[in-house]
Amino acid sequence: MANTAVVVNEGSPWRGGVEPMKASYGKLMMWFFLLSDAFTFSALLITYGLIRYSHPAFEGAISDFAFSQEYWPIPEMVYDAIPFVHGVHLPLVFVGIMTFILILSSVTMVLAVEAGHRMDKKAVEKWMLWTIIGGLTFLGCQAWEWAHFIEGTDIAKNVASNNFIGANLSMNQYGPSNFAALFFFITGFHGFHVFSGVMINFIIFYQVTVGVMEKRGHYEMVEKVGLYWHFVDLVWVFVFTFFYLI
Amino acid sequence: MEQENSNVQVIPADKDKIKKIWRVAGILALVTAIEFGFAFGMAAGDVRTFIFIFLTIVKAFYIVAEFMHLGHERKSLIYSVILPMLFVVFLIFILMYQGSAILDVLH
Repeated sequence: MANTAVVVNEGSPWRGGVEPMKASYGKLMMWFFLLSDAFTFSALLITYGLIRYSHPAFEGAISDFAFSQEYWPIPEMVYDAIPFVHGVHLPLVFVGIMTFILILSSVTMVLAVEAGHRMDKKAVEKWMLWTIIGGLTFLGCQAWEWAHFIEGTDIAKNVASNNFIGANLSMNQYGPSNFAALFFFITGFHGFHVFSGVMINFIIFYQVTVGVMEKRGHYEMVEKVGLYWHFVDLVWVFVFTFFYLI
Repeated sequence: MEQENSNVQVIPADKDKIKKIWRVAGILALVTAIEFGFAFGMAAGDVRTFIFIFLTIVKAFYIVAEFMHLGHERKSLIYSVILPMLFVVFLIFILMYQGSAILDVLH
């Protein structure tokens, strides 16, 4: 094996075997993956800004607002429904609940990572399970949000100038066709991240349960999936602001 | 289930650490509540948009620095994650400018 590189950890730090950033390879790669993912989401949200600014905004009092293809809709007039309460104007309440659920599931993930540092298998299991439940709840909420957005609303004043109810990729009752397309694309892309996050969390939860991490001697894998999960929460914070609030 | 806790030493939880995690969670919830306050208590406009963006960055700071633990990592790691985001700032400015130019041409 004359050609095999041998790592000599002596003298110069450039010879390998040291961690200049004091983070493991896996954790660093997760950070750089998240950085690239952050670029993707930034590009999507900035595209939303570009397209929104290239449409006229609604001028006038918010109480006079009606849906039209002529201008960009006011988000709080679009997202004003919550499950089981029909026909009541409750702007942004449901999205607020979703935000709160995701932040809470982020907190339980931090608690799982903290328990992992203490080698406390039982606590890791408990907090990871709460995280998974939080993620699934968020996905359920998003499914309802999408269904409501696609089906549309039957309140007369909310029906737009083209008399089309609901939304699809080429047409929607709320505003210009790009409005619905961007809604599907951005919240869909984020929702898919949540979905894969739940799947990854479940795999790691399973491994914790059967004792893989205990045998390995550390719970770093929980930290890595934790980074991904927090990132999903972070993206939602931005989607919430740029899509729903502004 | 004897063998399960045979040789792994569980370190007891540090109350201060747990408290700190919940404190950050409280801050995030509070900032979201403040955002709601502005969403309903203030007319739309540039000032409100600026406040929303500022509060979002506050939330992002707490999530990245505390929950993702980046604030406690090496400086080299912090900057290799944060500095590339300057490209995003650049993209925001050019595409917002482009957007208003398109509006001028089309309408």
